[in-house]
Amino acid sequence: MIEVQNLKKSFGDNLVWEDVSFSIDDGETTAIIGKSGTGKSVLLKHMNALMYPDSGSIKIDGECLFELSYSELRKTRQQFGILFQGGALFDSISTFENVAFPLRYFTDLKEEEIEHEVNEALRMVNLEAAGKKSTAELSGGMRKRVGLARAIILKPRYLLYDEPTSGLDPETSDEINDLILEMANTLDITSVVITHDMHSVLRIAEKVVFIDEQKLSWFGTLAEMKESDHPPLVDFITASEYQI
Amino acid sequence: MEAIRQFGQYTLLLYQALRSVTEFSTYRNNLFAEFVKIGYQSIPIIMLTGVFTGAVLTLQTAYQLDTDLYPVTIVGSIVGQSIIIELAAVIGGLVLAGKVGARISTELGTMRVSEQIDALESMGFNSVTFLVVPRVLAGICMFPVLYITAATLGICGGVLAGAIDGILPPAQFMQGARQFFFPEDVVFGIVKSFVFGFVITSISCFKGYTAFGGAEGVGNATTQATVLSCIYVLLSDFVLAAILL
Ligand SMILES: Nc1ncnc2c1ncn2[C@@H]1O[C@H](COP(=O)(O)OP(=O)(O)OP(=O)(O)O)[C@@H](O)[C@H]1O
Ligand SMILES: [Mg+2]
Repeated sequence: MIEVQNLKKSFGDNLVWEDVSFSIDDGETTAIIGKSGTGKSVLLKHMNALMYPDSGSIKIDGECLFELSYSELRKTRQQFGILFQGGALFDSISTFENVAFPLRYFTDLKEEEIEHEVNEALRMVNLEAAGKKSTAELSGGMRKRVGLARAIILKPRYLLYDEPTSGLDPETSDEINDLILEMANTLDITSVVITHDMHSVLRIAEKVVFIDEQKLSWFGTLAEMKESDHPPLVDFITASEYQI
Repeated sequence: MEAIRQFGQYTLLLYQALRSVTEFSTYRNNLFAEFVKIGYQSIPIIMLTGVFTGAVLTLQTAYQLDTDLYPVTIVGSIVGQSIIIELAAVIGGLVLAGKVGARISTELGTMRVSEQIDALESMGFNSVTFLVVPRVLAGICMFPVLYITAATLGICGGVLAGAIDGILPPAQFMQGARQFFFPEDVVFGIVKSFVFGFVITSISCFKGYTAFGGAEGVGNATTQATVLSCIYVLLSDFVLAAILL
């Protein structure tokens, strides 16, 4: 369970958002939506204490992330997998080694076992053949999928996705949406998905967090969102319906 | 104000690095890779720098001194001692501030802005242990080796230039050099290069690690890293000379 309470963050004089509070139950898939630059990525980084807020707290199973010692934090972080906006693949090593990376450092698996796990993860993201390629040879969509394979390799409890479908063609986007659903259902993962693609929100989300005008503008279930007459949310949804 | 804040951040980063230096298994692979990149791959440029420094110094010393008044071996003494005490370490340091410093700050800066450092942290790695510790350690270990290479090649360059230009034969050059050879000068040069290795790698790691703002941010970080590395090489050279000589 993730509880975000009264979070506020600014960079110097530039307020990103304040009054951000919502909670995510285990097994749920939550979408965070909002315009570009409203601080969705910044919010995601707070959920892993990659950034610290000005005030407020994020509790994971009741324990505040920002009060943990660094070694406790490292343990907590291992329950998370993150897919970063650009994939964040390590470009000094091959695709296979990127996915194998957490296994090599955090498990005692033998080489054959690592190979098996990596191939399994690459198969889940439909990239069995890409293992031998260098990361420079991957397309944007492939990078995201490799990033996803790496994020799930240690079987995390929580998966955080930063715009998994942006910049992808509709067909690949759908594949990724399916994948997110599959992860959530088969591996029983709690997912948080940042997106501005309403199509994928409707596909995957159970709850929706809407960030607008430097605050939490709206929070509720998908069914409630469809009924909502909260003006900024309605505007956001209408605007995206006309996106090609 | 900004300078003080940066110095605070720099000190904090070094403190984190120092605290995690015992986690050898985390950075072992990276350490060996850095030995190769900082040490082995710098040998050609360091040899070239050494040879030319020694050669030019020999020609200039012969030109400036009237060898009718002094024994000709004095050229070897001056060149040998200057190279061992000062030039091999400092010129080598400045060249490596460009080569090693720019490479480190670009590498870490790119990792920072493309979220690779965030990715490391989010997996539960200590990114400082993984990235900063091996680079600084490799700098500290390899710079003295590079210094010795530069000094040796510098003297060779001096011998060659002296012989080719007909200033003095190799045997006399070496006789002069040996006359004023003191082992403590070599120790002094090694201490210097050790400090330069630390200064250059730690500043470049800091600038790269804290880079922000896309490609431009990495460019700025790299410029600052090389400029600051050069400044602090010269500054620490002066301080060491004042303390140790
Ligand atoms: N490290 C940082 N230092 C200073 N400002 C930052 C930093 N990271 C983000 N910001 C600022 O915070 C704001 C929100 O950025 P963020 O990347 O979270 O937006 P976003 O909602 O993810 O946008 P997009 O949909 O385009 O990815 C921006 O104004 C950005 O300039
Ligand atoms: Mg973003």
